[in-house]
Amino acid sequence: MGDVVNQPVLELRRVSRSFGPIEVLHDVDIVLRPGRVHALIGENGAGKSTTMKIMAGYQPPSQGEVEFDGQPVRFQTIAEAEGLGISMIHQEFNLAEQLTVEQNIFLGREIRRGLLLDKPAMRRRTRELLARLDCSVSPDRRVSDLSNSDKQMVEIAKALLRDTRVLIMDEPTAVLTRSETAVLLRQVRALKEAGTAVLFTSHKLDEVSEIADDLTIMRDGRVVWSGPAAEMDEHDMATAMVGREMSDLFAPKLGQPGDLALEVRNLNVAGHATDISLSLRQGEILGVAGLIGSGRTETFEAICGLRPGQGDIRVFGKPVQIDQPWQAQALGMCYLTEDRKTRGLLLDKGMHENLTLQALERFVDRGRIDRAAEDDALTRAIADFDIRGHRDSLIRNLSGGNQQKLLFAKVLLAEPRIVIIDEPTRGIDIGTKQQMYEFIRNLASQGQAIVVISSEMQEVIGLADRVLVMRQGRIMGELQDEEASEDAIVRLAMGVVQTTPAEEKTV
Amino acid sequence: MNAIIRTDRRLSMTVVGPVLGLIALLVAGALLNPNFLGWDNLTNVLARSAFIGIIAVGMTFVITAGGLDLSVGSMAAFIAGLMILMMNKALPGLGVGIPVVLLGMATALIAGLGAGLLNGLLITRLGIEPFIVTLGSMGIYRSLVTWLADGGTLSLDFTLRSFYQPVYYGGVFGISWPIIVFALVVIIGEIVMRSTAFGRHCAAIGSNDQVARYSSVRVGHVRLMTYAALGMLVGVATIMYVPRLGSASSATGVLWELEAIAAVIIGGTVLKGGFGRVWGTVIGVLILSLIGNILNLTDFVSPYLNGAIQGAIIVLAVVLQRESKADG
Repeated sequence: MGDVVNQPVLELRRVSRSFGPIEVLHDVDIVLRPGRVHALIGENGAGKSTTMKIMAGYQPPSQGEVEFDGQPVRFQTIAEAEGLGISMIHQEFNLAEQLTVEQNIFLGREIRRGLLLDKPAMRRRTRELLARLDCSVSPDRRVSDLSNSDKQMVEIAKALLRDTRVLIMDEPTAVLTRSETAVLLRQVRALKEAGTAVLFTSHKLDEVSEIADDLTIMRDGRVVWSGPAAEMDEHDMATAMVGREMSDLFAPKLGQPGDLALEVRNLNVAGHATDISLSLRQGEILGVAGLIGSGRTETFEAICGLRPGQGDIRVFGKPVQIDQPWQAQALGMCYLTEDRKTRGLLLDKGMHENLTLQALERFVDRGRIDRAAEDDALTRAIADFDIRGHRDSLIRNLSGGNQQKLLFAKVLLAEPRIVIIDEPTRGIDIGTKQQMYEFIRNLASQGQAIVVISSEMQEVIGLADRVLVMRQGRIMGELQDEEASEDAIVRLAMGVVQTTPAEEKTV
Repeated sequence: MNAIIRTDRRLSMTVVGPVLGLIALLVAGALLNPNFLGWDNLTNVLARSAFIGIIAVGMTFVITAGGLDLSVGSMAAFIAGLMILMMNKALPGLGVGIPVVLLGMATALIAGLGAGLLNGLLITRLGIEPFIVTLGSMGIYRSLVTWLADGGTLSLDFTLRSFYQPVYYGGVFGISWPIIVFALVVIIGEIVMRSTAFGRHCAAIGSNDQVARYSSVRVGHVRLMTYAALGMLVGVATIMYVPRLGSASSATGVLWELEAIAAVIIGGTVLKGGFGRVWGTVIGVLILSLIGNILNLTDFVSPYLNGAIQGAIIVLAVVLQRESKADG
């Protein structure tokens, strides 16, 4: 690896960036070379996004230089950067949801024949690009109907069409499953062979070790380590990111379940889940694994009244009928969404409004909201959950990790006795992850019944007392703590059931 | 830090903008006509803007919760017609007196509440766009009042009208009833919007109804209540309006819905919902009525251009809102 060191294609030299009086990047140097994959890692708020935006021409540096092919450049618009072959793929996709895959790929670059569009040519090219990406979606599908992974592929196809020399990807694998990630990484390798310089960020350090040639680690707006990726193992990376030695990610399990909290019998969710039966005890953490699209989220949304479903549900032994989320909450059951930006938090409101939204009636005194009590609650939440960021800032301006902590605090303010947590650590850094695990474990030790839905197998295994694995809307099996291994979960999730009795146990 | 600067600047733009506009209008009016700042003129302007103002307070809640109601003007005409019919019908039995007026008022409140609930139920239970539902009910009420009046005018019995008139023209301490009622509605509205769970829930729903739903807010219920409250307030406005002319026709309340919506937007409430301010709406109402008043008092610009100037101000208000958001 790296015998031939190519000339840099894009380079940041001593770049700083300030917003108002606050400097968020300090003297950042980073070099992208053709045919190499460069990973940029760091905790949330370390300055990765700003660095990438400066490289892609979204923001100018306050100080320092951007060099392209050895020449200093100053991008006035994103289009200028794109014209040089720099493409950036955002974490939040930049696709026109109502247009088809093909229309999106060619958006702004439509092939014309005279005044009319040359549809056959675009169709051919779209098929070619998607085939290169091993992506089987039809060019006619509306983007709004696609899964996250397919949207990602469309984004990459768009970048491929534009003869990209530098591809910048902000957490491309955050929303992908393992197999989808494998496809993506294969594509990244293919791009690299073709001479593209790739920069990507990820919180999944195993991916970084697997694919990166070069590595830059940031912390608090500075580069703390830079060099060949081969020199760092995952443990070193985590330590460098956090700035302290990482102890064990997961606290020890307690394993003292109490009374039955939630029982579900024969639940059906039209189009998503069939014949779901499960039970959950107080003080227990139940893990739910499975591929994206296996019906995990939909099942628990139906249990909490967020979507229609038919089945028998008992909460603390009592049969209940839940059609609306507030009914579930009145019974002491809350669902914490995986989608904090569009379902979890009001991005254009402040911390106070968001924190108390779910339990607002508890802050009402003689008909009026008690603002002092609200403020106290925020002070407590900030302390309890280590939320960083100014109290008066809009949620939009908080880092993902802090948003997640606030979402957690918000749901817990309703004092649920059964908490269903969907993807507790999606898109947050390793330090925050560890804190989240601690919060979840603490809740269980206080006797709350907890469900953790997660695509990260280590998380499910490390946290849960028991693991349910779902596939295509059905529960494929239940694994007790000691049986829960990545291998066993993958077998069930992929439907390759090995016929050992332990794994065939069904609910 | 960046974030605080952003919130501050956004607030200052949308807060200060309408207030500055109002002050500028008052100064301009005073310079153009010495009678402008007189007690009679100002109370007259306030009393006339009370109808739109009362409705606009209700509209502020509907818009803040991400809705819209185009039917309020027709609804007012329909309620006025219903009130007059009811009172004329009951007059031989009850005679001229307080009971018959109270009956009329009750009719207006119940009809308003019913009409608002109907709009709200169609929107929340059947999930139809508010624009479509209220566009439909706007046509229905307008047509119903025309039908009730048989294409002409419904007039309140003359003696009853004289008895009822003080509700518009009378008052206490020289302040007429419409102004007093308007002020009460504004104060209650401001408190509800700013410091109750209902107001907070309206803003949350308008900001992102999915987030509100996932946060166990009773989204449908809160939305329904905004339309019901608006309907009630249309009833209240009609109670103040009927004694003024003592009649209702197909021309009653025409374009009130647009004036109310315009006042809400000028006052800094965001049209797509999520952020609403009742006192801002009051300023919006005052700005709109003062423009008309100034044009009437001066021969500087033709009063026929009233609509054009109001239109320009609405667009300007939204541009200011947007800029303050974009460059913050």
